[in-house]
Amino acid sequence: MAWTEYLTPLLAGAWVTVQLTVYSTILGAILAFAFGIGKLSPNGLIKAVSVAYIEIFRGTSLLVQLFWLYFALPIAGQVIGLDLRLPPVVAGVLALGLNIGAYGAEVVRGAIQSVQKSQYEAARALNFTPRQALFGVALPQAIPEMMPPFGNLAVQNLKDTALVSLISLGDLAFRAEQLRNFTQDSTTIYTVVLFMYFGMALVVTALMKTLERLVGRWRYASN
Amino acid sequence: MLFGIEWDTSSELAFAWSILPILLIGLWVTVQATVLGFFVALVLGLILAVLKAAPSRFISWPARALTEFIRDTPLLIQLFFLYYVLPEYGIVLPAFLTGALALGLQYSAYTSEVYRAGLEAIGRDQREAARALNFPAAHTFTHVLLPQAIPRIIPAMGNYLVSIMKDVPVLSVVTVLEMLNVAKIIGDRTFDYMVPLSMVGGLYLIMTLVASAGVRLLDMRLPKQGLPLK
Repeated sequence: MAWTEYLTPLLAGAWVTVQLTVYSTILGAILAFAFGIGKLSPNGLIKAVSVAYIEIFRGTSLLVQLFWLYFALPIAGQVIGLDLRLPPVVAGVLALGLNIGAYGAEVVRGAIQSVQKSQYEAARALNFTPRQALFGVALPQAIPEMMPPFGNLAVQNLKDTALVSLISLGDLAFRAEQLRNFTQDSTTIYTVVLFMYFGMALVVTALMKTLERLVGRWRYASN
Repeated sequence: MLFGIEWDTSSELAFAWSILPILLIGLWVTVQATVLGFFVALVLGLILAVLKAAPSRFISWPARALTEFIRDTPLLIQLFFLYYVLPEYGIVLPAFLTGALALGLQYSAYTSEVYRAGLEAIGRDQREAARALNFPAAHTFTHVLLPQAIPRIIPAMGNYLVSIMKDVPVLSVVTVLEMLNVAKIIGDRTFDYMVPLSMVGGLYLIMTLVASAGVRLLDMRLPKQGLPLK
């Protein structure tokens, strides 16, 4: 078989990988902002929940989290009388999003804390509420700071999607393994797959660079 | 039964207690894979860093491209690649060694950047002073640059050590019996995945918290001006 004949099944898998990456990155971004801001909350309970979430999902392996959601959660559901069996797609997106969200939360927290103190003092002097100071003053300055690490995390997330093939989701890695079983042509298949992931990573990097320019537009306008 | 140790399914607590020694056998494999993978990453990363800093563009450019390629492709696929492709060229390694090699390869892309940043952070004046004192290049490297670079490098390297530990479960796909794989087998046989998988999560949390605290402690105790040469 010529390597071009592998492309059709591999591209079908790559499409699943793209969807997984998009959904879990969006979920991760939402969680990152929620818990990153939550960690800075003056409310002790919100702070404790945020710290616990971040520590648990950064401190354990992604594969452990994925297996836990897919294999252990249904049993935990049985105990409390709920049907918590997740389809592989949901378990995959959830595990990836929760994992990358915890890393993102630390980025969000760091960026917000790096906003100069004088900015908060000025907001306070102008009688802004804490909410206005956060959303109107701190975040617009912090978000451009978050973009480079977010770009790295998005690529990290793309690479991590390969692990969902282990809960029988038909992504690129899964298709590659199927093809290998079928043809035994491992060198060609895995070389093609490596380059496909590399290509996707380059696209993700380019997209994140564009986003970085978009959210930082106002900074360069004045210069 | 696994590794000759029976489990007790009379209650969840008894079950958890009885499989703990089995999981600890897996944990030991995880630790070994982490250490070996880290060692490979340190060596390969140094080689990549030196190549990337080469004066000739014909060496530095391919080295940079290779680093980017390794960094942008998943560990799982690299592992499969090494596991299935190396034997076709007559290199047959045990699964554990192939796994440690894949871990080391993936993280060499990251460690090479740490070396580069650590060496670049040292001011030019240090090199110039060494030159003015007529130090040979090798002596400059081992006695001037390295002692100052190491304290800057160690915290970042420590973080990658923890990351490698969290990536070891990926090796289960090539039959390495690390902790997650052991827990999965226990789950397959008892139909109770919750207890073993939750225990693996808990053990991981303990390991990463201890390792991170260790890295922080080491970082605090390292002299910021460089290691004393005695």
